[in-house]
Amino acid sequence: MIHILFFARLREQLGCSNLDLDWSEELASVKALRAQLQSHSPEWAQALGADNIVVAVNQQQVDVEHAIAAGDEVAFFPPVTGG
Amino acid sequence: MFEVSIQQQDFDVAVLQRELLGDDQSVGALASFVGLVREGSGEDQISCMELEHYSGMTERSIATIVEDARRRWHLQAVRVVHRVGALKPGEQIVYVGVTGLHRGEAFMACEFIMDYLKTRAPFWKKEHREGGASWVDARDSDFDAAARWQQQGLASPK
Repeated sequence: MIHILFFARLREQLGCSNLDLDWSEELASVKALRAQLQSHSPEWAQALGADNIVVAVNQQQVDVEHAIAAGDEVAFFPPVTGG
Repeated sequence: MFEVSIQQQDFDVAVLQRELLGDDQSVGALASFVGLVREGSGEDQISCMELEHYSGMTERSIATIVEDARRRWHLQAVRVVHRVGALKPGEQIVYVGVTGLHRGEAFMACEFIMDYLKTRAPFWKKEHREGGASWVDARDSDFDAAARWQQQGLASPK
């Protein structure tokens, strides 16, 4: 299982705050997982395709080549604006 | 004391400062920063600022920033409090307090922690106005401010 989270503007655009997917070799990288999520609909393709989307695996910011293992928590979110 | 809190309730700067100092009489300097909700300008004023965060990662990322600051400067104590939820204009959002032996390291570490918090810690602001609500866009100037610390010469290593 991969536990996926979405935050802020992206969460609203997708109409989804979290979902679980079964892990497979086809979803073993951030890039592959993102492509799989984008195939859900044109809206998801556009929202998740934005250049500035940040990805964190197990609460650490990573790049798109980062590997995903079964049991990982993967979060997608827009650039942060706290402080 | 090196402590990070994420909370809905307001904070009292005087109480945080007393806790930060404790009874450590080696401290020669305390620098602190308080961020506030701005009302905005002109007719387009904010009625409410909503702060969302990624529970767990937020605490971890700020703790990492504080560890980075401790590697750069000799610090006695650091306290960070960041609020989440619905805030009104004029309300306090964030507190960063740093103590050290001398003012130089306290000033720099306080600014360093804020600059990195603004670009690394997963918080998102949504502004509510009469005409509707909108997410705040990240600003290039915030990323430029954080990038300054990566240039040589700005930070004195410990």
